[in-house]
Amino acid sequence: MNPENYLYLATILFVIGAVGVLVRRNAIVVFMCIELMLNASNLAFVSFARLNGNIDGQVVAFFVMVVAAAEVVIGLAIIVTIFRTRRSASVDDPNLLKL
Amino acid sequence: MSAATAVRWSEGGSQVISEASGMFGLTWLLIALPLFGAIVLLVGGRRTNSFGPVLATLLVGFSFVLGLVLFFQMLGQPGEERAFNQSLFEWAPIGDFSVDVGFQLDPLSMAFVLLVTFVGGLVHIYSLGYMADDPDKRRFFAYLNLFVASMLLLVLASSYVLVYVGWEGVGLVSYLLIGFWNAKPAYATAAKKAFVMNRVGDIGMSLAIMLMVTTFGTTAFSGVFAGAPEASSGALLALGLLLLLAATGKSAQLPLQAWLGDAMAGPTPVSALIHAATMVTAGVYLIVRSNPIYNLSDGAQLAVVLVGVLTLLFGAFVGTAKDDIKKALAASTMSQIGYMILAAGLGPAGYAFAIVHLLTHGFFKAGLFLGAGSVMHGMDDEVDMRRYGALRKAMPITFITFGAGYLAIIGIPPFSGFFSKDKIIEAALADNIWVGIAAILGAGITAFYMSRVMFLTFFGQKRWADETHPHESPRSMTVPMILLAIGSVVLGAVLVIGGRFVSWLEPVVGPEEEHDFAIPVLAITAIIVAVSLVGVALAYVMYLRRPVLVEAPTGSVLTRAARQDFFQDAFNESLFMRPGQYLTRFLVFFDNRVIDGFVNGSAAAIGGGSARLRRWQTGFVRSYALSMLAGAVLVVGVLVLVRL
Amino acid sequence: MIELLSAAPPTSTGEALAFWVLAPVAVVAAVMILVSRKAVHSALWMATTMIVLAVLFIMQGGIFLGVVQVVVYTGAVMMLFLFVLMLVGVDASDSFVETLRAQRVAAILLALGVGGMLIAAISRATFPDAPGVGAANDAAGGHVEAIAEAIFTRYVFTFEAVSVVLITAAVGAMALTHRERLTPRKLQAELSVERMRSEHPTPYPSPGVYAQHNAVDTPALLPDGTASDASVPDELRRQGTVRHTELEGIGESDADEGDQR
Repeated sequence: MNPENYLYLATILFVIGAVGVLVRRNAIVVFMCIELMLNASNLAFVSFARLNGNIDGQVVAFFVMVVAAAEVVIGLAIIVTIFRTRRSASVDDPNLLKL
Repeated sequence: MSAATAVRWSEGGSQVISEASGMFGLTWLLIALPLFGAIVLLVGGRRTNSFGPVLATLLVGFSFVLGLVLFFQMLGQPGEERAFNQSLFEWAPIGDFSVDVGFQLDPLSMAFVLLVTFVGGLVHIYSLGYMADDPDKRRFFAYLNLFVASMLLLVLASSYVLVYVGWEGVGLVSYLLIGFWNAKPAYATAAKKAFVMNRVGDIGMSLAIMLMVTTFGTTAFSGVFAGAPEASSGALLALGLLLLLAATGKSAQLPLQAWLGDAMAGPTPVSALIHAATMVTAGVYLIVRSNPIYNLSDGAQLAVVLVGVLTLLFGAFVGTAKDDIKKALAASTMSQIGYMILAAGLGPAGYAFAIVHLLTHGFFKAGLFLGAGSVMHGMDDEVDMRRYGALRKAMPITFITFGAGYLAIIGIPPFSGFFSKDKIIEAALADNIWVGIAAILGAGITAFYMSRVMFLTFFGQKRWADETHPHESPRSMTVPMILLAIGSVVLGAVLVIGGRFVSWLEPVVGPEEEHDFAIPVLAITAIIVAVSLVGVALAYVMYLRRPVLVEAPTGSVLTRAARQDFFQDAFNESLFMRPGQYLTRFLVFFDNRVIDGFVNGSAAAIGGGSARLRRWQTGFVRSYALSMLAGAVLVVGVLVLVRL
Repeated sequence: MIELLSAAPPTSTGEALAFWVLAPVAVVAAVMILVSRKAVHSALWMATTMIVLAVLFIMQGGIFLGVVQVVVYTGAVMMLFLFVLMLVGVDASDSFVETLRAQRVAAILLALGVGGMLIAAISRATFPDAPGVGAANDAAGGHVEAIAEAIFTRYVFTFEAVSVVLITAAVGAMALTHRERLTPRKLQAELSVERMRSEHPTPYPSPGVYAQHNAVDTPALLPDGTASDASVPDELRRQGTVRHTELEGIGESDADEGDQR
């Protein structure tokens, strides 16, 4: 098997995550899809590390995970706050960006 | 008169002008007093309602007293040292060119100061009675004060620019006062008409000032007159014609005379002060003041004479046809100023007599107008002379004062008009026989139409309705009339006999020229008086012997044309107003369709475009995420394509 | 495992087998995240994907990352997701009716565009021989040592920055969710006084009293047979997850009991 297959898999997962961000309205599910995209990119990083024979790709993936964790913490806190005031977790409801 | 000074005269009436000192340092106060009154009344508003009119009258009175004091001071000076210059401050310094606010008090302006403050003061007093019941009395007196200030500024200014300031000031006040009762659209229109026609003349004035700046580099009298002999004849002719245009506008001379009749819409004291005695004579002042320019340009003088002769005949003819007493008097004003302009156009021979006639006319015409106002006051504001008649018993004082003015204007000796008009006609005859004959003819017509006014108003059968009760006016009105009547009687003799005024004015305009006649001067005087008497007799036959119809008869073609001011308005309308209206209509159309179309169209395009662009901003996070993905597609696509 | 760690190109048969088994699982689980109506189901499918990815990491020599993936992602992050889901309402299922015009079509087309171009780029790229990370590990004296050396030497500033991000996120989450108490806390004495003055001095009916179920989300039935919303916690009412019985009276309830769950 060719190790490039890992990259194809990462691409497919990334695309699925992107579609999920665009079509789902539940903010938590949208968040999960974002995590999926991050994970797909992590897979690509790890694959590149293996293809190039050094450890740096894995380190970058590690940092991505840490940042993703921080992001999840803040993102979920925001979702909870919005839910408290608006009684909804839909990303379409707070369309306050439009006047 | 020494030979040395005589040489200076030949150069155009130059005089020794000294710096104002002592009492003459108070020249500025002449203007400041009424100006102060105007400001107090206009700014003070309703609070000054109680004392405002009296304050205004007092301030003009103070101005007159001050003028009188200065006059006697001036009398104490030797003849050629009677001119004083007072420079207040530098108004507009522009490089080498600078305009100073300064006053020049010399015999010519002194005469005007006395005329303006005296007649102005009397009209103020008269107005206290005439306007007693008007709710806007305060505004009226504020304007009157402003007028006196502007007029004094006009005659006291030492440069043409400052004359222009006063010139515009009196024009403004004239506009405000003609339209004083502006609730009536016709009056407001009359005010606008006067203003617009004055503007036409003012353009001549402003062009003349610009020409002076380029020709002489200054607008001060001293500089312009000193430089006039060196200027080219073309420039002098242009200056003379432009100043004449300004004079025709302000003094209601042909071809800018049409506004004066309509200006009678204003209150009668205004007609007396502004549109008879003072403001309309500003044109005469301007020409006489500019005598060094006119003396050097025969063409300009000829134009002045032509304007004068034509207007004096025109006004006289119009005067015969008017039934409105004020309009008849307005036509007469036009005609009398025609005499003055004619005299001013005759050069050194006529300047002094133009001013003499101006002064006497100021008195008797103001008296006539005040008398007319008194008649209207007693007749419930009726102005149609055909509805008067036999008023001499009901209004004896008005009758006598009006009668004095009447005798003065038709030139019956020894009333004042006789002296002044007689001298003008003599000078005209000496200049050109036809001009003289026209002036004599004008005198005859004057006698005719003034007798008509007199007979229709005070003699004959009573033609007013029974419910009108003519009564004599209050004392505040009759006293000024009496004073003016006295002036009408004696002023001419005082000024002319012994050449008093001629020598008084000599330092400004030069000595009177002696003229020779084929026949004795006395015979000429007799002819003039005889022609006037013929006019009186004709009026007697037509309006006293025959019954007067209350409704005006159709009359001949000439009468009807004269009633319409010889179709001057129709002429102006068809030649200037209608094309102007079409032009403005076209411009409005152009503006609405093309310019607005462009502006609105671009605005609508931007608005529509933004409305469409706005759809992109749905406010939905997912839409924005979609556009981000589209951007990612673009970026990846570009990268892939570049690497291919 | 040791062979896997130092897997040399091309991949071994065992790795290929594992990949071809796990990759479809990952893709199917990812798709299921998308199409699940209930957020909880999505979360579970998400966990599946994560674990599969952890195995794939390990297969490629990233043992440390794989363990971190399981511990941090599946263990902590996904639990956090589930907590929030509970808070927001587990039962609410999403509507799949698309409200934005052409959003779904455009999203799929654009995603296919991105995917297509990425795949095209990958297929055109030439890669090295995939030496594996074994050599790097050996140089540092072990896999974890190799990662530690990279993190604490070459990437130390990144590491510090990331730690700052993490601590900031923790403080931020607290600041966002913290609610200041605006009124003094009521003591028991005040509460009882308040209750006696209210219209309802007696205790509210407990959930499930007189009803067929004693679950917290089932309202009590009042003597006249109507449901009393007052018996259900406010939070459930707000979430709209109150389970209303369709029965008027107790007598009829027995017949339908089997259908209730």
